[in-house]
Amino acid sequence: MRADHIAVVGAAETTDLGKTPHISQLGMHADAALNALADAGLTIHDIDGVATAGERPTDIAHYLGIVPRWVDGTSVGGCSFMLHVRHAAAAIAAGLCTTVLITHAESGRSRVGTGRGGGGNRSSLPAQFEAPFGSMGPPTMFTIPVLRYMKDHGLTHEQLANVAVVQREWAGMNPRATFQDPITVDDVLDSRMIAYPFHLLECCLVTDGGGALILTAGERADDFAQPPVYVLGHGESVETPMVSQMEDFSSSRAFKVAGTDAFASSGITHADVDHLMVYDAFAHLPLYGLEDLGFCERGEAGDFVWEGNTRPGGSLPMNTNGGGLSYMHSGMYGMYALQESVRQMRGTAAAQVPGAEVSVALGVGGMFAASGCVVFTNQRPD
Amino acid sequence: MSERSQRRLPVPTPETQHFWDGTKRGELLLQRCTECDGVHFPPRPFCPACGHREVEAFAATGRGTLYSYVINHTPNPAFDGPYAIAVVQLDEGPRMMTNIVDCEQTPEALELDMPVEVSYLDASDEITLPLFRPAAPVEGPA
Ligand SMILES: [Zn+2]
Repeated sequence: MRADHIAVVGAAETTDLGKTPHISQLGMHADAALNALADAGLTIHDIDGVATAGERPTDIAHYLGIVPRWVDGTSVGGCSFMLHVRHAAAAIAAGLCTTVLITHAESGRSRVGTGRGGGGNRSSLPAQFEAPFGSMGPPTMFTIPVLRYMKDHGLTHEQLANVAVVQREWAGMNPRATFQDPITVDDVLDSRMIAYPFHLLECCLVTDGGGALILTAGERADDFAQPPVYVLGHGESVETPMVSQMEDFSSSRAFKVAGTDAFASSGITHADVDHLMVYDAFAHLPLYGLEDLGFCERGEAGDFVWEGNTRPGGSLPMNTNGGGLSYMHSGMYGMYALQESVRQMRGTAAAQVPGAEVSVALGVGGMFAASGCVVFTNQRPD
Repeated sequence: MSERSQRRLPVPTPETQHFWDGTKRGELLLQRCTECDGVHFPPRPFCPACGHREVEAFAATGRGTLYSYVINHTPNPAFDGPYAIAVVQLDEGPRMMTNIVDCEQTPEALELDMPVEVSYLDASDEITLPLFRPAAPVEGPA
């Protein structure tokens, strides 16, 4: 095995997801970390690298009692954890550390211990040139490019709604999913209008929760309690903090850069992919992801999902935990997409894709501001 | 007058002050690179296309087309009922976020690619915001 092959040897979410006002955000980081350590059969003293977003690595290392010799506080939104995986893989391969803990947790719903933030900078470019026009967070901003996409590519309201319908099908197979009851396209279109053309059921949940991953060198990975999940390739990029300034309203440049590099570095083709996670804060994101990763031609993703390709039994099972639309979404959802990829590669997912050997997880940060992409496999690399 | 106090208004920086001075006197200022002629927004004192450090501000026509938008239905004290948060494509090339005024805030009235023209809102003593309203199509040369 190449020295630069890295494996996930520990992976876990917080004990509870959903509404957890009894525990702070920092507390959930620790809960997820301790769960992941137990999963790997490791202790705090085995960890020498720490990466996190939302909180600082300093806070996490101190709280857990870790003495790191490598830290990464890359914080580019919900895909930060994909970037952490990539950076950790490079750091381990370079000998900077041996065993990295990546944590996420967010008291997104209960807001317990979430002191920082608050958007105080009224001089940033988004504050000067977007906020004055009445933006009210992601539901009013992430959604802005979609009417352009719909007009240019003929995507219908029904096709957009159908993304949420298919993901609810997956959520119905997952006992931990927040919403499990089946829904129809009409249910979605009849749900409350949030920001036209987006209805409530086309927008993600807001919940509490967290997750953690532990990575080490692939050559050590057979010594752990769980079957290893190898990191086969990865990519990352950023575009703009202002959704109004993205180059192409029908495509994410960051998705394309991250995805292209992830496929190239892993040496896989699209036909090799058995399972796909595309961060779905809103119903259009999986459509952009399918196209920007090259699974569909421009403008064809709506048809692709409508034809059932991403649903249970389809050719490309996607967002098999139910996604941010139905499973959970704390705010920085990327960690949950990674967790589901790892579960699928271990063969332990609630809605397991039979025989899946390659999983791709594509994350987004901010409003099309950033992206990270990771390719996993359960097959020992050469 | 509630709008004057309810919007989240910008605090200009040295790099953007000229833009906000411009809107105050009824000019929509963009910047052009003296090296490659690239036009950019939001303001910065160099060219994001080529890195050249000399750029000149110029007044845009204030005309463009409606490029994309959402209609926010979540109540916002700065707005009266559902309102569109829009992006306009300026004739000079850049796009900017704005609101569309003098127009029903409905999908039927807000037709993508319809011509729009700038319309200024004095939001405070310091800040005048560039909003846009429907415009008659430009006639061809006589
Ligand atoms: Zn230039």
